[in-house]
Amino acid sequence: MSSPNSAYPDTPESQTQTKPKRREWPLWEVFIRGQHGMSHRHVGSLHAPDEEMAIKNARDVYTRRNEGVSIWVVEARHIAASSPSQKGPLYEPSECKVYRHPTFFDIPDEVGAM
Amino acid sequence: MAQEHQAQLFEFLCRMGDNTLVLGHRVSEWCGHAPVLEEDIALANTALDLIGQTQMWLGLAAEVEGKGRSADDLAMLRDVWDFRNVLLVEQPNGDFGQTMLRQFLFDAWHLAMLTALARSSNARIAAIAAKSVKEVHYHVERSGDTVIGLGDGTSESHQRMQKALDLLWPYVGEMFVADAVDDAMASAGIAPDLAALRMEFDALVKPALAEATLTIPEGGFAHKGGKSGFQHSEHLGHLLTQMQWLQRAYPGASW
Repeated sequence: MSSPNSAYPDTPESQTQTKPKRREWPLWEVFIRGQHGMSHRHVGSLHAPDEEMAIKNARDVYTRRNEGVSIWVVEARHIAASSPSQKGPLYEPSECKVYRHPTFFDIPDEVGAM
Repeated sequence: MAQEHQAQLFEFLCRMGDNTLVLGHRVSEWCGHAPVLEEDIALANTALDLIGQTQMWLGLAAEVEGKGRSADDLAMLRDVWDFRNVLLVEQPNGDFGQTMLRQFLFDAWHLAMLTALARSSNARIAAIAAKSVKEVHYHVERSGDTVIGLGDGTSESHQRMQKALDLLWPYVGEMFVADAVDDAMASAGIAPDLAALRMEFDALVKPALAEATLTIPEGGFAHKGGKSGFQHSEHLGHLLTQMQWLQRAYPGASW
């Protein structure tokens, strides 16, 4: 679509705005659930004119080797993403807070593997 | 009598297998050439489904024939006059819209045929049909949506789809004209009555073409001669030249 892609914040905005837009199908992000009980995982993206075709295309592009039992698609512009330039304030503060990891407990042997 | 039945069954199985073989090859011609990557992969998947079905149909045909030929022999070493596919599937791809319309017309017939064959009195045929019909459910959904999207799309896509329908509609009739082989299969409970199949075809295809804002050409003229092998169009020979050249040039080559 016409707005810069919020799912790909690293793409320079000038590039998406100054180039004349080709009339392309919108970009969709594809999530596949491999087995029942597992969660959907992001597997890639593709282009499609609408959500029904996006699911069909996802079926053909990403499940042809028996990878999935369920497909989610979401138009990429609907994904809000954190900005890579914000990674300092967002993620670095947690690096030195080891007490947030539950590693200070003695686990009784009877519990077994956790 | 038993010998005659065997010959007719062989003929029927060749028709099923030759349809999927020839269309599978035609669709595979798009590999690397489709308008977008997603369609390219989807078409390749369809082609592979059809070739997979071919292996089952021609494999069974070869068994029924009992002359020691294999599915590969039937596919790669017969010449034009021995092929029993309908004329529709050997028609050239044309543009993408024409390919998808040809696909939709075939898929609609194929779906009705396989649904009926899944209840065949012949257990082997019923098993092949039951496996194939799942693939074809998806084929017809995809081709139908694309035909509607392009027919009811821009003025250019609409005009191209109408042109494709005008070209291909006269090839629909052949899929439903019953001959002695069809009658024998129907009376043995092996395959369905083709007139009943036509009603199912129309119930699926006509509303879809209306939604695609396309007009079905008037008149009931039908090109014939493919499934009887009487007269294929010139296109089949060219297709076979490409498909069979390796086995012709290097007989028995395998890898």
